[in-house]
Amino acid sequence: MSQYFHSIRIDKEKCDGRMKCLRICPTQAIRVRQGKASIIEEKCIDCGECITACPNSAIIPLTDPFGELTKFRYTIAIPSPSLYAQFDREILPGKILAGLKKIGFDDAYDLAFACGEVSFAIQEYLREYEGPKPLIFNACPAVVRLVQVKYPDLIDHIISIDNPREIAARETKKKKSKQLDLREKEIGTFYLTPCPVKMISIRQPAEKGKSHLDGAIAITDIYGPLLSAMEEVPKESYRKSLESICILGIGWAVVGGICRTLRLKNSISVSGLTEILKVFDDIEKGKLRNIEFIEAYSCLQGCVGGSLTVENIYSSHNKIVKLIDTLEFEKIKACPDIREVRNLYRQRYFFIEGKLEPRPLKPLDENLARAIMKRKQKEEIYESLPQIDCGACGSPTCLDFAEDVVKGEANLGDCLFKNVSQTSAILEEEKEGKESRKRK
Amino acid sequence: MTRGEENVFSQTFEIQGRNFGKAGNVSTKIKEILKEIGIDSSIIRRTAIATYEAEMNVVMYAQRAELTLNLTPSMIHIRLVDSGPGIEDIELAMQEGYSTATPEMREMGFGAGMGLPNIKKNADKFEISSAVGKGTYLNIYIYLNQKRR
Repeated sequence: MSQYFHSIRIDKEKCDGRMKCLRICPTQAIRVRQGKASIIEEKCIDCGECITACPNSAIIPLTDPFGELTKFRYTIAIPSPSLYAQFDREILPGKILAGLKKIGFDDAYDLAFACGEVSFAIQEYLREYEGPKPLIFNACPAVVRLVQVKYPDLIDHIISIDNPREIAARETKKKKSKQLDLREKEIGTFYLTPCPVKMISIRQPAEKGKSHLDGAIAITDIYGPLLSAMEEVPKESYRKSLESICILGIGWAVVGGICRTLRLKNSISVSGLTEILKVFDDIEKGKLRNIEFIEAYSCLQGCVGGSLTVENIYSSHNKIVKLIDTLEFEKIKACPDIREVRNLYRQRYFFIEGKLEPRPLKPLDENLARAIMKRKQKEEIYESLPQIDCGACGSPTCLDFAEDVVKGEANLGDCLFKNVSQTSAILEEEKEGKESRKRK
Repeated sequence: MTRGEENVFSQTFEIQGRNFGKAGNVSTKIKEILKEIGIDSSIIRRTAIATYEAEMNVVMYAQRAELTLNLTPSMIHIRLVDSGPGIEDIELAMQEGYSTATPEMREMGFGAGMGLPNIKKNADKFEISSAVGKGTYLNIYIYLNQKRR
């Protein structure tokens, strides 16, 4: 029915219209009508802010249930490196990967290694890149969708190197199908995700027809079983379990982790959508031209801040940073072979498979003259509103409300302050407030 | 300016001189409006660059200005009237690379002497006049030719 797949659903039974989601949505994609929230599909970028904000847990992330595994003859878990930060400090990646094999996966792939390879590939890419700067990294699908929807002019700034999770899924599938003499579609690759937005990047990739991943399972869903399964994993020496950790890739779980590996003179790392909006606004204004590379995550602190993680986000951020410190101190540099990466790079191993297109919002009207008229009406309506963005009408701001009225999706009478008979006193008060704000 | 056309969207914005914190806000706002109306993205880009340069000139040199956007189905017209020092030699100011920017402005990445030439480059029609000691007056026209996104 709808053009866009979303990884977020609202449970109308549970929703009691408390409007927390309305106010927090960074793309103003939520409306509350007749006491129930709904999502404007065209505007939603699946960032998941509303999931965390909802006091009734009425907004549900759609990830795959664990049972999906039975659909395949052979299954491979590809955990986000943020999974490594969800447990006590002595539980290292090797043990976690072994634990995953105990809870039902046939194999578990260390994504941090692929992240390390992609770090090298980005270095190669930057060396020969001559397009618009700053380059924006694409690991966070919410950021990619934000650019498609809200900053279509910046689409050429997004890097054409694919995500480690996609490359890893593609390659492990290829390898395992040869090894086990299975067809590729008999092998299921599952991303263990810290956030719902990775789900849409699998169901509906931003740039290509089909993802190499077969599903995404929430870290919150496997956390309990994994924790108990790890108790049965035989202990390895601390030194030995450190040795397999790719120092370049492990940092990808936290904001700043990619920039750290690139050693650029001018690169920035930003997390949290409100901060990203400020940075992208500045790029649109022509600022930040001296910045070569931007690493942006819609979740605070990076992927460890995803809404489907368990550990406190600051604590997990700290764990990753300390792990990197330890590896540096112990002089453990388990890294991909740079010559091999360069060789693969030349074979276009790391590039995205399609072309990323903008997804700008529909104009107010298909007809230019009518669109101008509607924009004029929107301004006039807006001027007549209290401009306090109370949200009581069910639109997030007075400006959005004015637009909704022009589009015929809301009635002017939905504004409390327009119901003069009941609220004339409040209206007068508000008017005064508005005048004095204007005078300032 | 827009005689004979009744369907005009018109909005006036104020720009404060020396307010670097707010610099760029007006061009961003105009870009938003044009996007909502569905103007072709290459035209939006040209308008945004021209408006941004005009806005920056006010921020750097003038005390204040009023910028008016007039939009009709056939064109975008930006009119800017500022109160400021004015320009002594317009012909010289229109040359690429000519700038009276201070070292501080240059440090901030401005004053490459591309402002006015850049406005002209992105406009279909550009008018400039100035009174020294009083201010500068700009008209920027960009035609739409009904090209839609």
